[in-house]
Amino acid sequence: MATVRLRDVRKSYGSVEVIKGVDIDIEDGEFVVFVGPSGCGKSTLLRMIAGLEDISDGTLEIDGQVVNDLEPKQRGIAMVFQTYAIFPHMTVRENVAFGLTIAGASKEEKERKVAEAARVLQMEHLLDRRPSQLSGGQRQRVAIGRAIVRDPKVFLFDEPLSNLDAALRMNMRMEIGKLHQDLKASMIYVTHDQVEAMTLADKIVVLKGGKVMQVGTPMELYHNPANLFVAGFLGAPSMNFLQVDVKEAAGDRVVVGNGALDPLQISAEGSSFRAGDRAILGVRPQYLDPSEDAAGMLHGQVELTERLGSETVVDIGLRDGSSIIAAISEDRVLKAGSNIGLTFDATKAHLFPHEEIREEAH
Amino acid sequence: MASKLTRSNRSGWLMAFPGVALMTLFIIVPFFLAFAFSLTNQRLASPNAAEYVGFENYSDLLGLAVFTLEPERDEDGAVLRDDDGEIDYPRLRNFTRNNPEYPGLQGKREWFSWQSGDNRTVVLASDVVFMKALVNTITFVFFVAPIQAGLALCLALLINQRLRGINVFRTVYFMPVVVSIVVVSLLWKFIYSPGDGLLNNVLGWLSFGAFNGIDWLGRTDTALPSIMAMSIWQGVGFHMVIWLAGLQNISPTLYEAGNIEGASKWQAFRYITWPGLRNTAVLILIVITMQAFALYAQIAVMTKGGPLDSTQVLVFQAVERGYGKQDISGGSAISVILFVLVLAISLVQRYLTREK
Repeated sequence: MATVRLRDVRKSYGSVEVIKGVDIDIEDGEFVVFVGPSGCGKSTLLRMIAGLEDISDGTLEIDGQVVNDLEPKQRGIAMVFQTYAIFPHMTVRENVAFGLTIAGASKEEKERKVAEAARVLQMEHLLDRRPSQLSGGQRQRVAIGRAIVRDPKVFLFDEPLSNLDAALRMNMRMEIGKLHQDLKASMIYVTHDQVEAMTLADKIVVLKGGKVMQVGTPMELYHNPANLFVAGFLGAPSMNFLQVDVKEAAGDRVVVGNGALDPLQISAEGSSFRAGDRAILGVRPQYLDPSEDAAGMLHGQVELTERLGSETVVDIGLRDGSSIIAAISEDRVLKAGSNIGLTFDATKAHLFPHEEIREEAH
Repeated sequence: MASKLTRSNRSGWLMAFPGVALMTLFIIVPFFLAFAFSLTNQRLASPNAAEYVGFENYSDLLGLAVFTLEPERDEDGAVLRDDDGEIDYPRLRNFTRNNPEYPGLQGKREWFSWQSGDNRTVVLASDVVFMKALVNTITFVFFVAPIQAGLALCLALLINQRLRGINVFRTVYFMPVVVSIVVVSLLWKFIYSPGDGLLNNVLGWLSFGAFNGIDWLGRTDTALPSIMAMSIWQGVGFHMVIWLAGLQNISPTLYEAGNIEGASKWQAFRYITWPGLRNTAVLILIVITMQAFALYAQIAVMTKGGPLDSTQVLVFQAVERGYGKQDISGGSAISVILFVLVLAISLVQRYLTREK
């Protein structure tokens, strides 16, 4: 168990920089998830921590020691790959014991550690099988077993559940969560799946284009996204963004509105909006409350209703021509074409500078 | 919707007919004809009708006998010696030619012999040349198969790297495969030629003139090894490519996993590469074995089986007998023996390398 510190870590391939100066602190025993769209550099960053990729610049510390130039095996890490990377010609037992075999451990030690890992992962009955006889979830369990046996300071997971089907993914997600509770080891987990990030993480690192967009607990990120990207990335359906005009600005209090939105006072701490600016107002679909009598702050027409049983997702065309989505936590029928008014709690809305739209386009 | 043409059984057979007919005519029929001919006394061209002779062709080829010659003795029972002190033995042909007491030795000739006490034990064969061909072929396979496969694997490992210009090496190693074996054999005949051959020149230059030059293909002890070396060189590129395909089938993630577990280069080879090449290895072993048994062109171009039958091999013998001596039944019998031999060895290899 150990801390991991990244200081201005960079990675370039020739003149192309893919990791553009990343600072992350991972505390002892913390479960940290790197999340971001494909190509954001999350896997590259993980592979740099593992030692599979060189670090072009900056320092990486594990347990207080700079490990930039150490071989993977000297870093005290274990890694679980998306494609499992278990050896097809070895039995489960041999796979799990692989690191010990390499290190020349005694037969008793191997037996003991394999048995221990098998117990933790509840796969004692699989030990004598070959990978070809295992399901995807079982294979991933073997890969995790191989990691446990190493007794690493830090566990690294590279999209471990992406090759599993949906039902199995949920099971394994819970098992990995339990594993973290049992082992209390530091874990770094890479995924593009925000549900995995939200449910597993103590701390989420949102990456985009080789840069850290925000670091925080899942709830911090969900309720207080630092920027438009994080706001749009976390949450399903994703947050609605409305282009609004700033009508008045006085300190932290800003009044915004547009053709579909009645003037609304909203608090925007530490921002520098001025009257006449354009801005983006973000509201999560779950916070929109429709009333059919057209009362409310947002005005539009129902275009499509998707009933999921426990939830109803409504696609609404607003009066100014844009459209938003509302998610109502009950089964409700809204007639397409009917006028609708929406209310929401202004404290749960987020105001972003309009310039971020342009940054998003990059 | 599938049209009537693609669904009709008859049109299917009609389209397969040209291919099936050619394969039948040139592969299947000759294969069974070889079996049939080997049981007759068929000649390549003869006015007489062929007769069924059973397994006579096979016994003519495979017949073996062991016979112990006792020395000539005088009245006292003392061993007689010639002027050089060598023991006198009765002449072998007294026993092998029309001797009714020894019907098993009839027509056989000495293959090899060894001395035990005063006696001399002789192994006799019905067809000494065939036996030499058999032994030479097996020797050839025994050395060529492992050396060629091992060398090809080494080359494959070397060129399986991302380095600039690595394709130049791939091309160079593969080039001998593209050149006709006849051309390669002619070239190597020059390389091996006595006196001013390339190999003798190079060896002489490297040893500052101390090396006197060898007639590589003209000596019984160097002819077969010379042909082995040249055959290995010629075929190694082909097997290198097969190994390379096998190597590239191994997922790079497995090496990364090995790297994280701390595997050294050798351990990565031992635990990841080699097991991953298992199926490739079985394929290569069987292909090389079959190719090596089929050795012909090198012999035909370079030595014609000589000197003193030291490079006789089975396929060369089959051709020599069938067409040179017009004894097509004898040639067929050799082909069938070769077929059975290769089949048996392949089956044994498959069994030994089976998935456990």
